[in-house]
Amino acid sequence: MTPLAVSIAGAIASFMLVLVVLELIRSRRLRERYALLWLVTGIALTVLSAWREGLNTIAGWLGVRSYPPAVLFAVGLLFILAVLLHYSTVISRLSDQNVLLAQRLALLEEQSTTSL
Amino acid sequence: MTIDPRLRELRRVAIVPALNEVENIGRVIDELRAFDPGLEIVVVDDGSLDGTARAAAAKGARVLRLPFNLGIGGAVQTGFRFAFENDFDIAVRVDGDGQHDPAQLDRVLAPVLSGEADIVVGSRFAAMGANGYRSSRTRRIGIRLLAGVVSRIVGQRVTDTTSGFQALNREGIALFARDYPHDYPEVEATVMVFRHRLRLVEVPVEMRERGGGRSSITALRSIYYMVKVLLAIFVGLFRRNVVPQEGSE
Repeated sequence: MTPLAVSIAGAIASFMLVLVVLELIRSRRLRERYALLWLVTGIALTVLSAWREGLNTIAGWLGVRSYPPAVLFAVGLLFILAVLLHYSTVISRLSDQNVLLAQRLALLEEQSTTSL
Repeated sequence: MTIDPRLRELRRVAIVPALNEVENIGRVIDELRAFDPGLEIVVVDDGSLDGTARAAAAKGARVLRLPFNLGIGGAVQTGFRFAFENDFDIAVRVDGDGQHDPAQLDRVLAPVLSGEADIVVGSRFAAMGANGYRSSRTRRIGIRLLAGVVSRIVGQRVTDTTSGFQALNREGIALFARDYPHDYPEVEATVMVFRHRLRLVEVPVEMRERGGGRSSITALRSIYYMVKVLLAIFVGLFRRNVVPQEGSE
């Protein structure tokens, strides 16, 4: 069984994550599009930490007998990987767009200097 | 067609967002001209790959060609910025896929011209039962649900929060030029309008089936947008500083 202190600390920390994400959206420092994955992460971790029976059951399915909170680490890690991968795709798109913008700007600049 | 004489004295622009609408854009422009030859037409080409920009320019429309796809929110806002910076008094928004019939613009424009509204939205559902709007099931349910949520929040019955068939006066243009939501923007924009104490009025319109080509919204996407939009609305309610300052992003 998961130690009670671990459940409490886990639930508080994950719930804080949810609150921070919501505050970032509210203050317009984070767009909803990029916040969704973080929110899902925070909510999943909060639920798994607080719902001790559930964590035990899932640990049982996965064959984790000695220390159920290891499932929390696994889930957290999985979501962090997902967020990072998502960011890699976002960065790739941004750099493609950056190239396009620079090219369009160069073409525009050439047009405006030759027409003078 | 005879247009409202009050319209004639105003500087007016039609904002037409278009993504890969080469088959429809020409007809939309022709119909806008037929409705009102004095209407400036601005097509915002949201990164089309099919010659939409050229087709629109060939018809004599002004074309704002975005270097890559910004999504409907970013595209439409480009049009609002154009309207704001060029001192237009009135803007109408008509989608480039031919769904919106420019012949119905007089209805959409009337409340703005009479000074009753800052923003008018052409609603498919305002007149119940009329001509039953056909669309995918998921989308219809989504549209209804969003309308219900938004009506409750703003305290006024709105029936169609996803309609892009709109008319705006100078106040409306100024607001959207400064701040406009992304992705699936009309829903959040509706809430925003009320928070800024602008007056929004719905008028019944019939929309057509889109012409050639495909809509850019699929069922799975609709669900993603729903979640995103609901999140945006609820978080947005707790915002004190509703409009971001220029340069703060």
